[in-house]
Amino acid sequence: MKFDIQSIDTDVLIIGGGTAGCFSALTLAENSNLKVVIAEKANIKRSGCLAAGVNALNAYIGKGETPESFVGYVKRDSESIVREDLVYGVAKLLNNVTRKLEDLGLAILKDADGEYVQRGKRSIKINGENIKPLLADAVAAHDNITVLNNVNIVDYQVLDGCVIGALGFSLREKIIYVINSKKTICATGGAAGLYKPNNPTFSKHKMWYSPFNTGAGYAMGIRAGAEMTSFEMRFIALRCKDTIAPTGTIAQGIKAVQVNARGQEYVEKYGRPSTHIRLYSTVMENLKGNGPCFLKTEGITADQQQELFKAYLNMAPAQTLKWLESNTGPAEENVEIEGTEPYIVGGHTASGYWVDHERKTTLKNLYAVGDVAGGSPKKYVTGCLAEGQIAAMSILNVIEHSQVIKLSNKEINEKVKHISRFFDNSSPLYSIGEVEEAMQKVMDEYAGGISSSYGYNETRLNIAAKRIEELLTIADTLKAGDSRQLLAIFEIIDRLYVCKVLIRHLAARKETRWRCYQENIDYPQKDDQNWMKYVNSVFRDGKVEFIFRDLVGRDTIYEHTD
Amino acid sequence: MSIQIDHYKCISCGRCCDVCPGNLIERDEALKAIMKFPMECWGCTACLKECPTGAIKYYLGADIGGKGGYLLTRNHSESIDWYIISPDSAKYHITINKKESNKY
Repeated sequence: MKFDIQSIDTDVLIIGGGTAGCFSALTLAENSNLKVVIAEKANIKRSGCLAAGVNALNAYIGKGETPESFVGYVKRDSESIVREDLVYGVAKLLNNVTRKLEDLGLAILKDADGEYVQRGKRSIKINGENIKPLLADAVAAHDNITVLNNVNIVDYQVLDGCVIGALGFSLREKIIYVINSKKTICATGGAAGLYKPNNPTFSKHKMWYSPFNTGAGYAMGIRAGAEMTSFEMRFIALRCKDTIAPTGTIAQGIKAVQVNARGQEYVEKYGRPSTHIRLYSTVMENLKGNGPCFLKTEGITADQQQELFKAYLNMAPAQTLKWLESNTGPAEENVEIEGTEPYIVGGHTASGYWVDHERKTTLKNLYAVGDVAGGSPKKYVTGCLAEGQIAAMSILNVIEHSQVIKLSNKEINEKVKHISRFFDNSSPLYSIGEVEEAMQKVMDEYAGGISSSYGYNETRLNIAAKRIEELLTIADTLKAGDSRQLLAIFEIIDRLYVCKVLIRHLAARKETRWRCYQENIDYPQKDDQNWMKYVNSVFRDGKVEFIFRDLVGRDTIYEHTD
Repeated sequence: MSIQIDHYKCISCGRCCDVCPGNLIERDEALKAIMKFPMECWGCTACLKECPTGAIKYYLGADIGGKGGYLLTRNHSESIDWYIISPDSAKYHITINKKESNKY
């Protein structure tokens, strides 16, 4: 296919127009006249993991809580492997960005005194169905933000370890974009679709996280040599069976407890009921033959049930459909729960780019925010907004000394050829879908997927690593017939790069720190003596090299030094 | 998990195609919307909320317990009407005011 090449110069390029990316753009536009470009694979109105909405704001400093107590909570729940400095930076902004969301039009439940009604200590009740359209409208109101919808970024442009822009292609027109930027913010979200999903046939995309978030930002960073952290701290959600709808609305909202098939409460038999123990206990009860497990909702009132129908329509409509098409509801039937396949997502765990206190990555001029940024678990929606703001404010302080640098035409032409080469492949033996399934199968069976109850050992990981390399070679032979297929090929290649690094991280942490998330059968115990450290990696000359870093405290102002 | 678009109700406005986060909806020769990749649907309902004529049905795949019921949406400026029709033709109608928060 013949592409036209369109070159764009901008002050700031934001890759990904989800929650974090949009908020970075808004912060930049409200505080400067800088030219900002958002490159978005879909359309910012409904793109990213909040397409359907969000059920609550789960990172908020409620009454009796402080930013310091928030850091304490995240540290406990994440078994200490967090960047306390980053969590603290987020915590201090959570309530400000929440006010800002309300100003943009988000409905937040208030009491008679005008105070937000809390769902939990760190959670408030909202109607988050329209959170993305609200952010998209706010972005559209600024003339200095250009949104490139339906443009998929493939890789950064890098010169001497410095990110000077990115390249991508349009899904609607035959155009390859060469974007030259003084500063670049990566806000692409995390990685779904690495492992065989709960429902691998017709409903293969009915998963917890957006199936369209395929780890592009991680993969671009890996290929460019950015330092990554804590990929081994995977995230696995505990969800409503089949619909993979959230359970927190029921568990927190109506205080429903988890019970097994015998009606017994079981979570606390397995330890303090942190996020991963609620999941682990459910997996264990199933293995012992005590499953299926449920959230005990039978007997709730008709009003409570009606409110649950509404709450799910505002974020996961499949669940309300499931109840009502059967003419039933949670008042009549307990809600069955199950664990999902593992994801890599920095909004929930510590996986992602290794960043400094301003969210600068180890690649010069590149920032990372939201789910793609590591070190700050449980930041959720508001934490992603806070990170978007932090990066934008840093850019405002330093950008006047920056300039646009461009690669030579020869170098650009090579990169264009790298993107369009898949149209020239002929008679491939394998289809795009086959490679995706093969990747998900090997990750499931050998790298701790659902079928092995999330556990793995070194022998298994070695088999997975070998197969992922084979699949990367096969992926190079895939053929694209149109730009959508080209996108699918790059999405597979990106996920294979994430898998490659993930497998090495799973092997590198020789302990079991988080149940299910990182269940190393060779080392089944937590080992505080040796593993109170971050497992970081850099992909260099075709190899994943490790850097084990000491924990960073809450009051440190962390800057990259080596 | 997927959607089905009613060819006769579709007015070829293209709004569902623009908003799908997976770029899954394309247009036929008459510019009518067609769900090109039903197995790749996340089930977010963005397209239902965008459709001005209520032409899009949302249903659960048989593999996740679907029974043949479906959901329709009409999106207004202040509220969203949700209609769920069960396989035995029972109809449920839930209106949600956009300014009203979840209770849970």
